[in-house]
Amino acid sequence: MTLHKHFLADGVIKRHEKIGTNDVYLLDINISANTEKFAAGQFVQLQVPDGEILLRRPLSIADAAGSNLILIYRVIGKGTKRLAKTSVGQKVSIMGPLGNGFDLACKKPLLVGGGLGIAPLLLLAKRFAGKADILMGCKNAEEMDWPLPLFKNIVKNTFITTDDGSMGMRGFVSEYLPEILTAESYDKIFVCGPEIMMRSSAEVAVRHGIICEVSLEKRMACGLGACLSCTIETKCGRKKVCKDGPVFESREVFF
Amino acid sequence: MSSVSLKTEFAGIKLNSPIMTASGTFGFGEEFEDFADFSTLGAIVVKGTTLEPRNGNRGIRIAETPAGMLNCIGLENPGVQFLVNEILPRIGKYNCPIIVNISGNTVEEYGELAKILDIDGVKAIELNVSCPNVKEGGIAFGVEPKSMVAVIKAAKKNTGKPVIIKLSPNVTDIAVMAKAAENAGADAVSLINTLIGMAIDINTCKPVLGNITGGLSGPAVKPVALRMVWQVRKAISLPIIGMGGIMNAQDAIEFFLAGADAVAIGTANFVEPDSTVKIYRDLKKYLEQKNLTDIRDLIGKLRT
Repeated sequence: MTLHKHFLADGVIKRHEKIGTNDVYLLDINISANTEKFAAGQFVQLQVPDGEILLRRPLSIADAAGSNLILIYRVIGKGTKRLAKTSVGQKVSIMGPLGNGFDLACKKPLLVGGGLGIAPLLLLAKRFAGKADILMGCKNAEEMDWPLPLFKNIVKNTFITTDDGSMGMRGFVSEYLPEILTAESYDKIFVCGPEIMMRSSAEVAVRHGIICEVSLEKRMACGLGACLSCTIETKCGRKKVCKDGPVFESREVFF
Repeated sequence: MSSVSLKTEFAGIKLNSPIMTASGTFGFGEEFEDFADFSTLGAIVVKGTTLEPRNGNRGIRIAETPAGMLNCIGLENPGVQFLVNEILPRIGKYNCPIIVNISGNTVEEYGELAKILDIDGVKAIELNVSCPNVKEGGIAFGVEPKSMVAVIKAAKKNTGKPVIIKLSPNVTDIAVMAKAAENAGADAVSLINTLIGMAIDINTCKPVLGNITGGLSGPAVKPVALRMVWQVRKAISLPIIGMGGIMNAQDAIEFFLAGADAVAIGTANFVEPDSTVKIYRDLKKYLEQKNLTDIRDLIGKLRT
């Protein structure tokens, strides 16, 4: 197993704005390191520049270009609340890229994202250079305010579901997935979102005989495979989400 | 060129510096290859090892607290044979003394582990006696002098390596435990292990941690750890590894002044994976400023 070369450095916030009505923020950080080799699905450990938050926060890489890193997060706890208060020009310590990203080997990819899990699919869509389709699900039309413009022009087809039917199909992505998989001949699907959504989407993929990769989320301290906070049970023994994942083939983790 | 030396000796082991890593916070060293400088480390104290592989605890294993964190990993480790056959040969290349932290279910298991690890590539054994899964009615070995003494004797009988006992802070008087350890023949003590704590989720009305309680570490425990090192220094003459919430050189210096011969960096590794390197650098600077040439000139120099 090869260890990825990590960097640990202060980045400078270039842009920081609320992009979604539901407390979703976009953070654009210049890290003075080439991000070309960062894989879609990898994450970084960000230190909230505050002094009161002890542990770093693992955030998925939403986009990376040149020496800039885009992170998209929702304010949910103490750490993200503080993070939302940081401003342009401020320094923020970043460690990464961590973990293993998605395996791009396929002919016709379908990306499936739920809620904030849509974020890391942005870099994935870019890496596929326009050949991927995306199915994204949110609670309602309002929550589609940030992903819709971001994915415009970088994917071929966009399918939408909302829990309340206020936009696209009514229901969960996994309910709409069988129809999409029957209509088109995808050979791999890439899923990121709440665990229950990834589990049900993976089930559909397996039923259709399509390879499925999922990106897991777990509480972690170090992000380097040392603290063992994020250990999970897999078909192939115990694995660390931070180092062996966060991307896994679905059959390895959902069994 | 700086004439300041951080080289020291601990329980007969020559160290490049008095800065070690605390067990369970630095993996086997490999995880930190990109950030650490092994030539500045006194020793790597590897993840707690048991006779058989252990899966650790189920459910949430970590919770952040004000200035600290709780963990209930539950000694997840690949077992001593895997350590000996696979890991030790790999990490030998760091040329850094390896101290193996061991944990047993019974007194006999500590002896067995000490025997298996009485090999080249292991410089010392650290006894973890805060494991709650013991044979005798669930009383942790480390909070009862009699069983702690039995563990030390079992280890000493089975190894020629220095035996370090890691003291639990979850006791009425840690000096009493330290004294008992010294009388039992321990070669050194390390302190403190984590303080037992808990966190509650008021939305679900459930404990946050899967194991209900966990070990508190980080800056929150530093004042307690410092006080205990100072108390133990006065009680015994064995060398001490001081630890508990050391985040920077200033914290480390406080432990040296209180009487620690070496320090171990724990939770800080999770936050700043290069913290041992920074502490080494800043410790040297401090000695220069104070016109001291040897780290040993600092130890126990608290003026009360």
